Amino acid sequence: MKRSLEPSEQQDGGGTSGTVKKKSLKKSQKLRRDKHSEEEGGLHWERLPQEILLHIFQYLPLLDRAYASQVCRGWNQAFHMPELWRCFEFELNQPASSYLKATHPELIKQIIKRHSNHLQYVSFKVDSSRESAEAACDILSQLVNCSLKTLGLISTARPSFMELPKSHFISALTVVFVNSKSLSSLKIDDTPVDDPSLKVLVANNSDTLKLLKMSSCPHVSPAGILCVADQCHGLRELALNYHLLSDELLIALSSEKHVHLEHLRIDVVSENPGQQFHTIKKSSWDAMVRHSPKFNLVMYFFLYEDEFGPFFRDEIPVTHLYFGRSVSKDVLGRVGLTCPRLVELVVCANGLRPLDEELIRIAQRCTQLSAIGLGECEVSCSAFVEFVKMCGDRLTQLSIMEEVLVPDHRYGLDDIHWEVSKHLGRVWFPDMMPTW
Amino acid sequence: MVVNTIHWFRKGLRLHDNAALRDSIRGSDSLRCIYILDPWFAGSSNVGINRWRFLLQCLEDLDASLRKLNSRLFVIRGQPTDVFPRLFKEWQINRLSYEHDSEPFGKERDAAIQKLASEAGVSSWIIELNGGQPPLTYKRFQALINHMEAVELPAETITAEVIKTCVTPISDDHDDKYGVPSLEELGFETEGLTTAVWPGGETEALMRLERHLERKAWVANFERPRMNANSLLASPTGLSPYLRFGCLSCRLFYFKLTDLYKKVKKNSTPPLSLYGQLLWREFFYTTATNNPCFDKMDGNPVCVQIPWDRNPEALAKWARAGQLRQEGWIHHLARHAVACFLTRGDLWISWEEGMKVFEELLLDADWSVNAGSWMWLSCSSFFQQFFHCYCPVGFGRRTDPNGDYIRRYLPILRAYPAKYIYDPWNAPEDIQKAAKCIIGLHYPKPMVNHAEASRINIERMKQIYQQLSCYRGLGLLATVPVNPNNGTNGSSQVPVGSVEDTSVQDVPPRAERTQSTQKRRHEDALNEGSSKSWRQSK
Repeated sequence: MKRSLEPSEQQDGGGTSGTVKKKSLKKSQKLRRDKHSEEEGGLHWERLPQEILLHIFQYLPLLDRAYASQVCRGWNQAFHMPELWRCFEFELNQPASSYLKATHPELIKQIIKRHSNHLQYVSFKVDSSRESAEAACDILSQLVNCSLKTLGLISTARPSFMELPKSHFISALTVVFVNSKSLSSLKIDDTPVDDPSLKVLVANNSDTLKLLKMSSCPHVSPAGILCVADQCHGLRELALNYHLLSDELLIALSSEKHVHLEHLRIDVVSENPGQQFHTIKKSSWDAMVRHSPKFNLVMYFFLYEDEFGPFFRDEIPVTHLYFGRSVSKDVLGRVGLTCPRLVELVVCANGLRPLDEELIRIAQRCTQLSAIGLGECEVSCSAFVEFVKMCGDRLTQLSIMEEVLVPDHRYGLDDIHWEVSKHLGRVWFPDMMPTW
Repeated sequence: MVVNTIHWFRKGLRLHDNAALRDSIRGSDSLRCIYILDPWFAGSSNVGINRWRFLLQCLEDLDASLRKLNSRLFVIRGQPTDVFPRLFKEWQINRLSYEHDSEPFGKERDAAIQKLASEAGVSSWIIELNGGQPPLTYKRFQALINHMEAVELPAETITAEVIKTCVTPISDDHDDKYGVPSLEELGFETEGLTTAVWPGGETEALMRLERHLERKAWVANFERPRMNANSLLASPTGLSPYLRFGCLSCRLFYFKLTDLYKKVKKNSTPPLSLYGQLLWREFFYTTATNNPCFDKMDGNPVCVQIPWDRNPEALAKWARAGQLRQEGWIHHLARHAVACFLTRGDLWISWEEGMKVFEELLLDADWSVNAGSWMWLSCSSFFQQFFHCYCPVGFGRRTDPNGDYIRRYLPILRAYPAKYIYDPWNAPEDIQKAAKCIIGLHYPKPMVNHAEASRINIERMKQIYQQLSCYRGLGLLATVPVNPNNGTNGSSQVPVGSVEDTSVQDVPPRAERTQSTQKRRHEDALNEGSSKSWRQSK
């Protein structure tokens, strides 16, 4: 804000020489300051309102904010405003096991001391060392004044939470469960969480829980997860392993009291070759679809080829399907027959027999299919073109390794991409790997 | 004025298609071809014995070819910055020639040498090309290639006619002073070293080229050869190490392929895929040329920052790969499988570690191609889908059902039946006993449970890519951004490349190009860098 000097002020005199001196000293100081403001267009950095500072600080990464906070008291105060501490991601890495930097221990101390009651959306990223997992638990146990809405425990490499003594982990986690009382989103994949701790979760957060991701939690039983489904009627997203899935669970999730389920993710993982898997009744799936007609069912399979016996015998409402290991031609044939809601199909590997028939059948019967990925498989060029023609431009993702396509009498490798592009309505090339 | 020339061999270790050498001979009164070698470097560097042997054989071959032209190769011990001032003085050199090296360290070193040379009053004769913004996806690169001018013909081979009156002063003690050193002299233990599967040298390279082209059926149908057990073994017609050391000119290879294709297919235009091997090299050279951090994750603008694990124990076990260590070569599909296993597939170890092992052992691993391929295979760059993981057991079973490759390079498993040779740890006890190889005792148990590792790793990759592409949906394929300028959201992870700009400025550093649909006007040629430009400094 500009302040212009009135000529009368300058000429003001009178009084003793001393006071005149003082006055003129003050005036000259004022003059200097005001001249400054005139030069800078009247900007006073130190007088920037806190709301504006907050807004600006929210754009800055943490380190830059920290530097800014050293500039003056005002900015330091802004740095510690609660709004800036709602979200935090603790990065816990050891130099021996990771290339990445970790959150500074001093900063962690500060946060626990000054900001733990501001924290609402918290995640922990830990590397493969046990120390990092322990550090995470240590912090968790101190979040007594926290009312968290979101908690995520993420292992960036090997699942180090599994290396901790179970009781140690559980007690740290239950601190949060008990104190937060308004947990809405919880990601605890690859952790030693168990049935009793899930009971504690439910006892305190059943009204608010909307998202629960707990793939690969081997200490949980089907009864444990059923308890969650029974009590947490607002649950919209759930991720777990197949051994926890039961008819009862699906029925519970489809009860009248339950909101519509948006997203169910199931990992089917083989612990030992030749493992037997239980089946889910078609009626349970039907109940789910009736209750939540738009829900997405995402299934990731990591099985040996001969373990697929119980799967894809009856209709199943799967929308996103990933085969992370080799899957047989026969099973892919069954997929075409039993998965009418299929949206995405991704196959890591199949074998050296062409999947022509199976692909055509999928194009015919999976009318919602919009994404397909094929790794180590074989498809004849003609069948592939036919497949693309039948799907047309609904295929928004088409990722086929170049090695998959087998040239035949109609198409060679060099003209197939034109044919396919034509039917897709955009330029398309297969995926390549470098040839040395 | 008497013109005394040094030609400095680095990578183009050949006399055919060596334009820099040929041009610098013109008007020269004396010529000395040198190769600079630092013997102390041999001991300390990350370069294995196979690579050194290959190089020495290349140098021997060059020397032999030069002898036929009344000349010799001068192998100078030391570092270029020390060696050159001395040589300039001793031999009264006023001309220095070498072939342009587009890799970042090459460019740095050459800049220093050029400065030295001009200070000494020596003019440098280098063939150089203008650079530009590199394309970041291979598909984009292919599209660019299609619009470029035709490749120039290979330069004529250096023969007695080319040399004419240019002499090479050779002293009596040439062999002592400038002879090609032996492996022992460089400090290597040669006892027990098997004969080289890949003999080095231009002569061998040209012979292999002829044999390679003789496989007419392959070229005629242009089918990608189906992988089988034999493909995994070193081929007598394989060319990659020779391309890498420059014993074989890429241009010559390109033209011979084109000629053969036209003969067999009656003059139709060859498809780009015919030159696959060459184009991949060029692609990686192009993307690497202005990026000295290309071989690292940290600070590399084109590399995705992935939280790899540090695990020296697992790395050591992985690096004991048999064929690679013995012969210095493995089939490129085997490389894919092995690279995938180390990084995103199973062990979740950084690609930089794998790259270093390849650098040490692989005959054809040049800096750009090695780093680029590792980034590609670990899905750290170039926008690759990560869903396809090579299952170590499945891949072997499909490619070589009988397990011959395993039997050859892991003889301890020789007696296992085909059914169990890829997963001997699953074989029942009596089978293990009959094969005289108990798993856990005579042969280690597997490093990881592949299914479990795959599950974890696919989830990790998905998390990382979702952050990059800001994709919040459920699809696996859509998490990988396709457009380099898409979904950055202020993240510094996404490679920035103005790929969508008019790419006339983009030029591969070497003059390898294919048939074009448009010709450029001559005046534009220099700006676009589509022609070579001579730089002569005073």
